[in-house]
Amino acid sequence: MKASIKNKESLPEATAEVNLLKVYLVVVLLPIFAFILSFPLGRYPISIPDLLSALMGKIFPFVHGPEGVINTVIFQVRLPRIIAAMLVGSALSIAGAAYQGMFKNPLVSPDILGASSGAGLGAALAIFFSFNVAGIQISAFVVSLLAVIIVYVLSNKIKRDPTLALVLTGILVGTLCSSFTSLLKYMADPYDKLPAITFWLMGSLATVSPKNVLSSLVIMLLGGVPLYLLRWRLNVLSLGEEEAKTMGLETGRLRLVVIICSSLLTAGAVSISGLIGWVGLIVPHLARMLVGPNYKVLLPVSIAIGSVYMLLVDDLARTLTSAEIPLGILTSIIGAPFFFFILLRGKKGW
Amino acid sequence: MGFELKGLKCGYSNKAVLKGISFTMDAGEVLCVLGPNGTGKTTLFKTILGLIKPLEGQILFNGENSMHWSRSKMAQVIGYIPQAQNTSFPFGVMDMILMGRTAHLGNFASPSQKDKKIAERAIDTLGISYLVKRIFTELSGGEKQLVLIARALAQEPEILVMDEPTSALDFGNQLKVLSHVRQLARNGLTIIMASHVPDHAFFYSTKVMLLNQGGLFGLGKANEIITEKGLRELYGVNVKIIQTGIQSDYEDNSEVRMCVPLQNKQNGG
Repeated sequence: MKASIKNKESLPEATAEVNLLKVYLVVVLLPIFAFILSFPLGRYPISIPDLLSALMGKIFPFVHGPEGVINTVIFQVRLPRIIAAMLVGSALSIAGAAYQGMFKNPLVSPDILGASSGAGLGAALAIFFSFNVAGIQISAFVVSLLAVIIVYVLSNKIKRDPTLALVLTGILVGTLCSSFTSLLKYMADPYDKLPAITFWLMGSLATVSPKNVLSSLVIMLLGGVPLYLLRWRLNVLSLGEEEAKTMGLETGRLRLVVIICSSLLTAGAVSISGLIGWVGLIVPHLARMLVGPNYKVLLPVSIAIGSVYMLLVDDLARTLTSAEIPLGILTSIIGAPFFFFILLRGKKGW
Repeated sequence: MGFELKGLKCGYSNKAVLKGISFTMDAGEVLCVLGPNGTGKTTLFKTILGLIKPLEGQILFNGENSMHWSRSKMAQVIGYIPQAQNTSFPFGVMDMILMGRTAHLGNFASPSQKDKKIAERAIDTLGISYLVKRIFTELSGGEKQLVLIARALAQEPEILVMDEPTSALDFGNQLKVLSHVRQLARNGLTIIMASHVPDHAFFYSTKVMLLNQGGLFGLGKANEIITEKGLRELYGVNVKIIQTGIQSDYEDNSEVRMCVPLQNKQNGG
């Protein structure tokens, strides 16, 4: 009887070890390929040999890379943008994956606690009051974190299931933020500021510079590294409050850490990219279908898929038409049907 | 491990559900908690597990008050086996069992080879190695329950708390799970379990606690505590307790008893 069960062909491959090769391919090779392939794309043509010699020239001082425009395009325009896309994609994916576990719900996205609506409000405020680009980013970042702090403080006043309290107050604060954003749009100068707010809310990486890529990298590391280190505990947290506690988890403390880190990641991402939906929801799903729900493997795979997905979408955004297509629109237009396709083909549950 | 409740009053905020609970248990004992719905079995368990603070009284493990223990210290002493239900994510059985090791791991650590060995030992104890490559959410209720027991064993606690471990299981699985429970007690674990079936207490426990609204109704050996009169008072039903003629393998060699429900017209008798 036991033997027959063992030999059954349809045994689902549960353990991550079976998929190890697949995991390495996804985690290591895919991002490298996407990274290199993204350089030649764009209005100014760059050949792969040019790119390689420019990169070599940067790394090894004795190699003479190409001069002039090519160098500028590669290092001042494309490199920051490529890195920004990869950072934003991985940050949203980590935050989404962590929240999905914490809320025990695979349909949760990183903006569940109001981080995105907060960022939108912050950006709208800054544009309304004519801040410069850096000012807009800082304001988006700060208001995004403020929104989550308000959600956390308010939810602690509700003496019931803490995760449900968080979800509900998250919806409340998120709604308030988007209402205020709408109010600002209504009041804003329709020829100048209204389009600026609208475009920001649709998301774009067109304005990133090496400087703000660096600052958001620091923020994202602050949020991402602790989550990555704590990833085994995220498994236990996803079993639910009481079960996790009886297994030795200080759930209250861990929940706070997850919220702080995910908020830093989300705020750090949307403050340079504008509002980008779907990535944080869909990428952890995809990763889970590939390698299962164990965060030990799920998180690195989510990071890899998230960075590649965002980068490819951004490549499309800047090459499909002569004008930029807003990133937030593309992530959904590509993401939704793709997601449906995955749902049809996926064998594993989510 | 010695386990003692001293004048425990438990409940939520200021509404006491249970009052004046005191008892002691030694290693290897199985306590079966019986009582109608809503008498506070779950509240009692949550208090013992430290999920809610006792309103009064003390919970002592080997004489040490657990009031201010960290969650991980608590989990190293006392393990909990919930009723089998689906998790939100389709974890592999091995991952599920390894999660039992969390209380023994550092904050940033994942289970090591040593933890895997311990998990495998738990799997062998329950004889469920054929489940290892399966996915938890795709198992049957009985299989899930066995995996959850294995997870609790991997946690290496000295006391196991089970909240109605057999409530969702078919007849065969109920008996399988319960005989594992008894075997674990023989190996030195102290076990506290809730049940709705007095027969389980007759078969599988060394001690029985009866709860009614507000407190303790009876505490002691099953054969002394579970009586026809008591069950009538507790549950409002008539049963006849019969001797099966089968000798129990507990030390006192008493005869195994069973409850048989009576039809209402026999009430008078």
